[in-house]
Amino acid sequence: MNETILQVKNLHTSFFTDSGQVMAVNGISFNLEKGKTLGIVGESGSGKSVTAYSIMRILADTGRITGGEILFRGEDITKYTERQMQKFRGKRCSIVFQDPMTSLNPVFTVGNQLMEAIMLHTDKRRGEARERAVEMLELVGVNEPRKRLKQYPHELSGGMRQRVMIAMALACEPDILIADEPTTALDVTIQAQILELIQSLQKKLGMAMILVTHDMGVIAELCDELIVMYGGRVCERGTVDEIFYNPRHEYTKGLLRSIPNINNMKERLVPISGTPINLLNLPKGCAFCARCDNAMKICLERLPDEISINENHKASCWLNIKDMLAAGKEVEERAER
Amino acid sequence: MKNNENGMPMKNPLSLQIDLAKFAPATEEEKRQQDVMSESSSFFRDGMKKLVKNPLAVASMIMLAIVLLVIIFAPMIVPYGYDQIISVEGKRDKGAKNLEPFAWSEMEQAYIDKGGKLFPHIFGTDAMSRDYFIRCVYGARVSLFIGLFASLIVLVIGVIWGSISGYVGGKTDLIMMRIVDIIYALPDMLIIILLSVVLDSILSSNNTGIVARLGSNMISIFIVFGLLYWVGMARLIRGQILAIKSNDYILAARSIGARPGRIIRKHILPNCISVIIIATALQVPSAIFTESFLSFVGLGVQAPMPSLGSLANAAREGLQSYPYKLVFPAVIICLIVLSLNLLGDGLRDAFDPKLRK
Amino acid sequence: MPNGNLLEVKNLKQYFTVKTGLLKTASLKAVDDVSFSVGYGETLGLVGESGCGKTTVGRSIMRLYEPTGGTVVFDGKEVTAQSIMPLRREMQMVFQDPYSSLNPRMTVEDIIGEPLDVHKLYSSKKERRDKILGLMELVGLNAEHATRYAHEFSGGQRQRIGIARALAVNPKFIICDEPVSALDVSIQAQVINMFEDLKEKLGVAYLFIAHDLLVVHHISDRIAVMYLGKIVEIAPAGELNGNPIHPYTLSLLSAVPIPDPKTVRKKNRIILEGDVPSPMRMPSGCPFRTRCRYATEQCAIECPALTERGAGSGHMVACWNR
Repeated sequence: MNETILQVKNLHTSFFTDSGQVMAVNGISFNLEKGKTLGIVGESGSGKSVTAYSIMRILADTGRITGGEILFRGEDITKYTERQMQKFRGKRCSIVFQDPMTSLNPVFTVGNQLMEAIMLHTDKRRGEARERAVEMLELVGVNEPRKRLKQYPHELSGGMRQRVMIAMALACEPDILIADEPTTALDVTIQAQILELIQSLQKKLGMAMILVTHDMGVIAELCDELIVMYGGRVCERGTVDEIFYNPRHEYTKGLLRSIPNINNMKERLVPISGTPINLLNLPKGCAFCARCDNAMKICLERLPDEISINENHKASCWLNIKDMLAAGKEVEERAER
Repeated sequence: MKNNENGMPMKNPLSLQIDLAKFAPATEEEKRQQDVMSESSSFFRDGMKKLVKNPLAVASMIMLAIVLLVIIFAPMIVPYGYDQIISVEGKRDKGAKNLEPFAWSEMEQAYIDKGGKLFPHIFGTDAMSRDYFIRCVYGARVSLFIGLFASLIVLVIGVIWGSISGYVGGKTDLIMMRIVDIIYALPDMLIIILLSVVLDSILSSNNTGIVARLGSNMISIFIVFGLLYWVGMARLIRGQILAIKSNDYILAARSIGARPGRIIRKHILPNCISVIIIATALQVPSAIFTESFLSFVGLGVQAPMPSLGSLANAAREGLQSYPYKLVFPAVIICLIVLSLNLLGDGLRDAFDPKLRK
Repeated sequence: MPNGNLLEVKNLKQYFTVKTGLLKTASLKAVDDVSFSVGYGETLGLVGESGCGKTTVGRSIMRLYEPTGGTVVFDGKEVTAQSIMPLRREMQMVFQDPYSSLNPRMTVEDIIGEPLDVHKLYSSKKERRDKILGLMELVGLNAEHATRYAHEFSGGQRQRIGIARALAVNPKFIICDEPVSALDVSIQAQVINMFEDLKEKLGVAYLFIAHDLLVVHHISDRIAVMYLGKIVEIAPAGELNGNPIHPYTLSLLSAVPIPDPKTVRKKNRIILEGDVPSPMRMPSGCPFRTRCRYATEQCAIECPALTERGAGSGHMVACWNR
């Protein structure tokens, strides 16, 4: 029933820049099941986009996967050749980027780009590809699709462009869709349209989706499961309800507290203190410890293990371990890494 | 949590290994130590660090330093002049024509046999019995001087023109840029030839000082650089200023109440200085090349003053018998131009904000 | 209204000419006939989607653009091109992008000190330095960082530097142009709290421009909603949230993603059809009518004016049908 389609195991990705090694992703693991939506949430520099780009292997020149495996139906794609990757991208796994302005080529028409994407991965001819392109544009709710095919990206509005991008990503019916902040660059009313579109398309096509975003509101709408990232590591994972209503990592708690919300309009916000972590200089303990109000001495020294809170929820926070110890439970320790 | 990552069963309960005292709250001080900011560094220091790491740039800097040391100190050490026919004990040595490197003429050999001491002709001598090494050194001096001076002219005119055009914008910009376009369309070699003819008659009356030593051709090269070659620089600076102007910090400076002069001085120029330096560094070799080319076709410095181009030109005649006479100035031009170009590229890699990683 | 407003904007118009062809130009009505006021120590939120002209309103008030029409009265004096220089000591601006709004070649000290230099607000080097360190402390920056360059800081810290620069001249009024939208949520909350603290401590008034309704709600006393160059609704924050009247405000409020999965599942959302029309091809009459589900023929003929709903409520709406 629940077929695992993508498995990420202990992924490490770094960027080798002039100022040193930026450790963007430091050992994250997750499974993606068919037809499910996995949200990855975190602030800038948490490694959420880099994780997505690592799966597509579209990192910038300085970036490199330094460890771990990415298994697509059991095959490790980190070992794929560039040629195999080209087949993988688009056909097996597609990505929708944040900025629809820059992800479409301004010198080609929309139709040209859509048809090229279709013809690259199927043996359809031009005419068939055009029909398929029209079909796709209809599917993503673009009005007058035949007319749109002849238009250039700059003639379309931001929302329209994002629809075209989604159409392009879905044209070859990929098994996995990665959406990297798909609505961040859009206005709220357009964002609502696109979110609804993504939701209905996923139901219709039954693909698995990874949604990368910083917006807890978007997560609440679209996701089944959720990973909270900080400093390139997973803080907490679980079903959306578990994470929102029973957060067990100090960062998740702080994140949820700091969002202004309709019900606490006149109350003072509770921010997370401090500044984002410096990825050039990761502490040896928990990445969040410098900003954590309840940090303990052990947090500074050692990484916490991931502990199961219940079958739908895991968290990596020493406070949970402390609670378990206090409750007299036996906690077994992992070997020193 | 019975197994660890490798599926190994774990036997040690945590409670036996971890000191419970470690679950005490961490102090603010301890937390602050975790939050390290990278070491402070300015843009310039960053760039220098990068430049020093670039082996090609370092090699070319060393090369240029050697060339500079030689052309500054060689004339003090070598006892020959660039326009001086070799003489032994006050007598002109007619037999010292076209000597090979480190060879002696008969008269010199006789003098040495007698126990006298002479400075070797490192590169040999030329057809007029002059020491070729010192001529090459002076040639390199002239070429470098022209390269630097011409670039300076280009820099000054280009920066002023480009900044005004870019900052003021509107109609002024339109007119100034059309002038640039027109100048771009002029054939530069033709103008140099025409100018040197005209200037020759004007300058020949004034036969003193540097004008006479360099000759009217050289002066016309400077004038041509001043008139024509700044347009590339002006365009570059204008583009740069337009890009910088769109930044919010310019808007912020305006909303603070800063006047245009201050905005140009404090905000715009410091942000395009790296581009200016890079462009100038790359302008020098191109000017040297132009000068060498002009000297080679006979429009360069006035004899007997050598330049690397005119030396190469003179060497053409005896190319069959004395190929090394062409090789020396040609290699020097190559070395200078190549190391300046590599240094310019290195500067760009190190300082251009667009190329930072 | 009594004459006690810090800022009165009346019929402000800002048109731009845009090249549409080789010789053709068109007029873009970025701000079209906008009027509002801000009281002493008050925060007025200005919300709208991209391209609605909210940023242009701020810049026209600052005279970074020369307005096409209308008047701006600040502290009882009309603002003109001539009188703006002294006013730059009373009115300041905080920008959206914490990366491009700070000069990368200047140290924090020089950035914050620039307004002091421009207006000659010190008599000795020591006084300048003391003032700068005071400002840095006020916005929660570490004094050790004074000699560092702006690019070494994170987004939130950079925005603090920008705020300290705006505060250097001790202004009565600060225009905040999307000051938190480029920041992470956890940092956003820090900066919002700081704006609130500064208001309390220094009594400054804000024009808080943003596209994020939740943020604006949180910080503002009153909120104005803009659509295509016009204000469509203006009301006290609680009133706008509890009783939105204009159809655009309604859909804007319902479109905000709520970080609460259970509420989301229950929620019935008004999703607006279509896109914002291009400001180059403005619809006749009410600008919102092309996407409005209440639109009637009258909406296409004439643009509704802002009228008060309920005497003394301060809730003004520009709509024929609601």
